[in-house]
Amino acid sequence: MNIAMNEQVSGQKKRIHPHKFTLWVGLASVIMMFAGLTSAYIVKRSAPSWITIEFPKTFWYSTVVMLASSLTMQMSLRDFKQRDMAKYRRLLTITALLGSLFVVLQFIGFGKLWKSGTTFEGSGEGQFLYIIAGLHILHVLGGVIALLIMFIKAFSAKKKNYDAVPVEVMSTYWHFVDILWLYLFVFFLTMA
Amino acid sequence: MSNEAILHGSEVSTHEAHHDGHGEHHHHETFISKYVFSMDHKMIAKQFLITGIIWAILGGLMSVLFRLQLGFPDTTFPWLENILGHWAKGGKIQPEFYYALVTMHGTVLVFFVLTAGLSGTFANFLIPLQIGARDMASPFMNMLSYWFFFISSVVMISSLFIQTGPASGGWTSYPPLSALGDASIGSKTGMDLWLIAMALFVVSSLLGGLNYISTILNMRTKGMSMTRLPLTVWALFFTAVLGVLSFPVLLSGFILLLFDRHAGTSFYLSDIFLASTQKALPNEGGSAILYQHLFWFLGHPEVYIILLPAMGMVSEVMSTNARKPIFGYMAMVGSIFAITILAFLVWAHHMFVTGLNPFLGSFFVLLTLLIAVPSAIKVFNWLTTLWRGNIRFTPAMLFAIGFVSLFISGGLTGIWLGNSSLDIHLHDTYFVIAHFHIVMGVASFFGMFCGVYHWFPKMYGRYLNNTMGYIHFWITIVGAYLIFWPMHYEGLAGMPRRYLDYSGWASFNQFGGLNHFISIVSIIVFAVQLLFVFNFFYSIFKGRRVKSENPWGSNTLEWTTPIHPGHGNWVGEIPEVHRWAYDYGKDGREFIPQTEPISANESEHH
Repeated sequence: MNIAMNEQVSGQKKRIHPHKFTLWVGLASVIMMFAGLTSAYIVKRSAPSWITIEFPKTFWYSTVVMLASSLTMQMSLRDFKQRDMAKYRRLLTITALLGSLFVVLQFIGFGKLWKSGTTFEGSGEGQFLYIIAGLHILHVLGGVIALLIMFIKAFSAKKKNYDAVPVEVMSTYWHFVDILWLYLFVFFLTMA
Repeated sequence: MSNEAILHGSEVSTHEAHHDGHGEHHHHETFISKYVFSMDHKMIAKQFLITGIIWAILGGLMSVLFRLQLGFPDTTFPWLENILGHWAKGGKIQPEFYYALVTMHGTVLVFFVLTAGLSGTFANFLIPLQIGARDMASPFMNMLSYWFFFISSVVMISSLFIQTGPASGGWTSYPPLSALGDASIGSKTGMDLWLIAMALFVVSSLLGGLNYISTILNMRTKGMSMTRLPLTVWALFFTAVLGVLSFPVLLSGFILLLFDRHAGTSFYLSDIFLASTQKALPNEGGSAILYQHLFWFLGHPEVYIILLPAMGMVSEVMSTNARKPIFGYMAMVGSIFAITILAFLVWAHHMFVTGLNPFLGSFFVLLTLLIAVPSAIKVFNWLTTLWRGNIRFTPAMLFAIGFVSLFISGGLTGIWLGNSSLDIHLHDTYFVIAHFHIVMGVASFFGMFCGVYHWFPKMYGRYLNNTMGYIHFWITIVGAYLIFWPMHYEGLAGMPRRYLDYSGWASFNQFGGLNHFISIVSIIVFAVQLLFVFNFFYSIFKGRRVKSENPWGSNTLEWTTPIHPGHGNWVGEIPEVHRWAYDYGKDGREFIPQTEPISANESEHH
């Protein structure tokens, strides 16, 4: 619908919205940060005093939660486009809650790991996990905050806005942190 | 129109709809929204520029202070103690403070002046104006970019005033020195503040870079195809790409360093006995070289982040003032692209003497020397642009020509340093200092001055004073060569960088007089920069007024805006573009602006 309107106004070909494009470039930048960290991991892995860890089950649960939240995000985007605002708001809330639950589960996982003797001392798989997964948590929290802002905006009565771009940007970002976690998790499991 | 249609097209129901098509905003602007938290890209550019100028004065002053020590190792300056207190006890710069000075000089000039001050200023100012956009893709993010830079600046400055002083492990902050607070006083709180300031700086340049890229790719006016872009915009585009892809890697290196400093991890630390506390540290398995890889993965692209905007502006100013089309436009674009790619593939040439595998080193030698090819193409094109041109020697043009001169002289020594075998002798000597100061430091400063002199009329509606400009140029270029040329000889003789006092070595004693000379010249050159600063601020208020919209007879879009453009840049419609930016001296006409349609009997161009 938006695209049609844009075409009407500008008479130009379909172009990507600048905000969406900015997001993609931003994601490239985030990818570079994690690429830097995971390549540091690969380099360190061949060092003599490398220590691997046993992953607590919690990380599997959190992975499932993350995947579920991606699904609810996608469903809320669909409802927004169909102007079903009540459902959109509900699914947005669920996504934010699942995101928060993911963060809590990650911390529980960290706690179990810490108790089993993997602390900050040394520089094995565990230490990298704390930092890399910790940075990922920061990105998830950033997403949760953005969801909260959208949630408040969705309840503001002052202006009705049916522009789907912010919701699309949000959902792209949310899928990104989801895929990023999948990549990191698989990376840690296979590159032990 | 197309930009607003895309940005706001679907928000017709909101209050923002009235922005469309008006261009100038008529609603009331307060002092705060106009000058402080401004979202106008032109004001943000000025904020970056003036903050950059303040940083440049500070960073330059630091070099004057340590040149006092290097040039006059036996003299005391009691007035220094009055200003600097115990850092200059008895009128002599203390060793700890000397290291703090060289560290901060490097950090400030590389990041705060030549990255934020240069590309922050001109990317903000020129991108929307030259591509025909009302503002950046996200003016709010753009504002955030400046304010992150500002906070970063405050944190960095505050480290100068704490008891243990600022970071002093060199601008590269290599661990283990930077990771261990007990290793030196500069590795205590000052180092933390340095890391925090740099992390904020990375955020600032990412926010800026994202905006620059998406603005250039998405918000060009009708007819402004990528191949019609002025070379400034191309250069700023690749600069932003470099920053967006390399700064995050630096950030990840810093994060690991912070954990090593405070959480007891051992990413960079292994088998250390600390002399100051007489203790063996428990850290095991870390690798200090890992930090160097992460650092130089940014560090090398960083020199191109500094240099590319200067190259772009020099191309634009040179073509305008030679009244000739730029020679080899596509070759210029191609060579910037080649430099961008190669910039990511050469970082280990900073690490030839770290025990890097010589076989691996030979690849980095090859890739490093390959950069000479696009660089030579650019130099050739600049010279051929000047060739038989109808040159107007404005101060901006002089700085552009000066840039080319410095780029050649500094670039040639890069071919020496890129060889891993020669580097064994030259590494960490004054030869390196001379090389990078000429090719990256002074050359980029020349690009920046060239930009300031050329676009000052657009920024403030007044001209800079020409006489002061000429004095500024000639003393600076002669001074720059007098300062850095002799350093090549010192470096070839093996004189190492970062030493406090060379008088104890028989082999370096011979350079006492030369060091004396260099210090005196650097004080004179610094004084002339203050003349420029005076000219800058004086001309903002009292400079000669600009009378016409297009004072330089230039083709690009920024000169089609009013003399004092408001937020939104153009009154009414954004002009449409019909040709490339370099139709100078064509068909008997001095210049043909980009907005002029191609007429029926016009000759073919490129």
